[in-house]
Amino acid sequence: MIVRFFHQMGSPRYFYGVAGKLIPWFMVSFLITLVVGLYYGLFVAPPDYQQGESYRIMYIHVPAAWMSMFIYVVMAVSGLISLVWRIKMTEVIVISSATVGASFTFLALATGSLWGKPMWGTWWVWDARLTSELLLLFLYLGIIALHSAIEDKRVAARAVSILALVGVVNIPIIHYSVEWWNTLHQPASITKFGKPSMDMSMLIPLLTMAISFKLYYGAVVLMRARAEIVERERNSRWVQDLVEQEAK
Amino acid sequence: MSTLSLTSAFTLLLKRDMTLAYRRRAELVNPLLFFVLVTAMFPLGIGNDPKLIEAVGPGVIWVAALLAALLSLDAMFRSDYDDGSLEQFMLSAHPVSILVLAKVLAHWLVTGLPLFIAAPLLAVLLNIPGDAIPTLMLTLILGTPVLSLIGSVGVALTVGLRRGGVILSLLILPLYVPVLIFATDAVKTAIVGIPTTAQLSILSAMLVGSLVLAPLATAASLRISLS
Amino acid sequence: MVADLTRVSGRSRFRDKTEDNYIVHRIVTTTAVPTATFEARSLECIRDDRVLFDDLCFTINPGEALVLEGRNGSGKTSLLRIICGIRLPESGAVLWEGEDIFRLGPEFHEHTAYLGHKDGSKQDLTPLENLRIAQGLGKAREDITLEEALEQVGLYGFEDVPTRNLSAGQQRRLAIARLLVTDAKLWILDEPFTSLDRKGIEQMERLFEGHLQRGGMAAMTTHHRIGFKEEVKLVRINLSEQ
Repeated sequence: MIVRFFHQMGSPRYFYGVAGKLIPWFMVSFLITLVVGLYYGLFVAPPDYQQGESYRIMYIHVPAAWMSMFIYVVMAVSGLISLVWRIKMTEVIVISSATVGASFTFLALATGSLWGKPMWGTWWVWDARLTSELLLLFLYLGIIALHSAIEDKRVAARAVSILALVGVVNIPIIHYSVEWWNTLHQPASITKFGKPSMDMSMLIPLLTMAISFKLYYGAVVLMRARAEIVERERNSRWVQDLVEQEAK
Repeated sequence: MSTLSLTSAFTLLLKRDMTLAYRRRAELVNPLLFFVLVTAMFPLGIGNDPKLIEAVGPGVIWVAALLAALLSLDAMFRSDYDDGSLEQFMLSAHPVSILVLAKVLAHWLVTGLPLFIAAPLLAVLLNIPGDAIPTLMLTLILGTPVLSLIGSVGVALTVGLRRGGVILSLLILPLYVPVLIFATDAVKTAIVGIPTTAQLSILSAMLVGSLVLAPLATAASLRISLS
Repeated sequence: MVADLTRVSGRSRFRDKTEDNYIVHRIVTTTAVPTATFEARSLECIRDDRVLFDDLCFTINPGEALVLEGRNGSGKTSLLRIICGIRLPESGAVLWEGEDIFRLGPEFHEHTAYLGHKDGSKQDLTPLENLRIAQGLGKAREDITLEEALEQVGLYGFEDVPTRNLSAGQQRRLAIARLLVTDAKLWILDEPFTSLDRKGIEQMERLFEGHLQRGGMAAMTTHHRIGFKEEVKLVRINLSEQ
C-alpha cells in the first residue's frame, strides 16, 4: 500500500495532478492561520514585561527560524531518498525547497537584526543563534549556487542532494561549536527567547504562526515543483497535451 | 576483494600522487608561501601593537590555514579529471572511497603538512608565547586533515564545472567553521595556561568522523560529477 | 570453445544457422535461466532534452563484439558510458551475468576496461609507471608483463620516456596497452583508433581480435571500417536509426 503510494507519487504526471488539487487547500488554510495568528499575536497577546511591544516580532522571527531548519531537514531527507531510490519527485522537492528555505533563513536573520536594535542598540550582534542562522544561509546559498552551475538538471539534483546530506550532518556540529564559541567570547546577553514556561496567550499565536508558515511552505514547494516538472518533462506526451489544452 | 589488494591499491595510488607531486616539486612551496604571506598581511593591516597582535594571532594563523587549504584544494582532482584518470578510478576494481582516501592523504601530505611545519615560525611572528606553540601545532595536525577531507567533498562536486573555484569556497567554508572555532579556542586557552584537552578531543573526534564519512561522500560526488 | 564455434559461424550460412541453434540449445540445457554474460535491457538515454535512444536492447556474449554506428551526437559515447557504469540510463538496466551493474559496483568493474576519449595517462609519469597503476587499479593479468604489453602496442624502447614526450599516436597506444595488463573480459572502446596511423590501426585490430578469440568481449565505436577477419562475431547497432 505504502509502496504503491510512493510509486504513484514518484510519477511526475500523477504528482502534477495531485499537487494542483492540493495547492488551493494549502493556500486557503495558510491565509486563515496567518490572519488568526497575526491578530492574536499583535493585538490579543499581552506585552512582554521586559521587552514591551517590541517582542512581537517574535511571531515572525521564531517560526521563520524554525522553518529554516525544518526545510533543510526536508531537503536532506528527500535528497537521501532520491540518491538511494532515484525517485524523480524527491529530486524536484530538494530543488524547490532550497530557495524557500533560503528566504525563511533570510527572514529570520532580518527580523532578528530588527529585534536586536532596540534590545542591544546595534543591528548585529554575534549572538549564537544569529550566527548559526547566518551560516545556515550560506549553506542554502551554496546549494542554490551549485544547482545553477550544473547544466544537466538531473545531475544537479543529485549533486545538491549530497550537499544537503553533508550539510545536515554538519549543522548540529556547527550549531554546537558556535554556541561554545559564543559562551566564551560573549558576555551573556538577554536571551531573546522567552522562558520555557511561556504564557499560553503568547504560545498559542506563536504555534499558529508556525503552522501557517508550514502551510505556506507546502503551497510554495508544490507550485515550484509543478513548474519544475513541466520544465523537465516538456518533451513528454502528457505535458504537450497539457499545453494544447491550456492554449484552447 | 581481499584486504591485501585493498591496501596495495591504497599505497599504489598514494605513491603515484607523491611521485607526481615530486616531479612538480617547484609548485610545492606555493600553498606554504601563501600561508606565510597572508599571515604577514594581518599585522600590516591592524597595526603593530604587540598586545593586539597576540590577541588575534591564533585566529589569523587559522584563517590563513583555511584559505591556504581552500586555495590548494582545486588541484586535488583537477588534473585527474582533465586527463581522464578520474574515469579510470571510477571504473577500478576497488571501492572508490579507498582510492579517494589515498588521494586526500597525498594531498594533505603535500599541502597540509608544510603548514604544520611552518607554524612555529608564524607563531613567533605573531607574538604567540612559546608555551602555546605545541598546542598550535597539535591543532594544525588534527585540524588540517579535516579541512582536506571535508574539502574533498566540495571539490568532487565542483570538479566538472568551469568556474568551480568560487562555488567551492561557498560550499565548504561554512563547513570549516567548527574546526576554526575549536582550533583557535584551543590555542587561546593554551596561551592563558588552561588545559586544552576538551578542544583537542573534539578536534580528534571531528578527524575520526570525517575520516569515516568524507571519503564515502566524495566517492558518491565524483560519480555524480562524472556522469 | 566459444571461439571455435564462432569461427565456424562465419564460413557458411547453413552452418551459421545450425550454430545459432546449437548455442541456444546449449544454454537451455546447461543453465536454468538463460542469461547472457552482458545484457542491456530497454535502455533510454536523454541528453539536453533530446531522447538519444529508447528501448534499446542487446546482449554481448564471450567472443562477440558490439559495434556502435551512427552520426555524431547520436549517443554512441553516452551509450558506452552507460555500459561501463559511469552514466546512469534514464530508464532500463544493464546486467552482468544477470545482475545489475550498479549493484555490483567494483565486482563488475574488475571485468571491464574502458578506453574513452581521454587516454587516462599521467603526462608526468613514464609509460611503465602508467601501466603499473592501471594494473593495480584492475585485476592484474598473470600471463603478461608490463614490458610485454608495451611491446605488443609497439612502444618497446619507450618504457622510461615521460609520457608527455610521446606523440599523440604513441599516447593512444599506451592507453590501449592498459587494456592488456588487466584481466578484463569486456573492453569498452570509444574511438580506439584516434590518432593512430594505418599500420597502428592494423596492429590494434589484431590485438582486439586476439582478445575476442580468447573469449573476451568488446563494445566499441569507430568511424574506421573494422578489418577483422571474418572469424569474429560482430553485432552492429546503428544509433541513428533508433
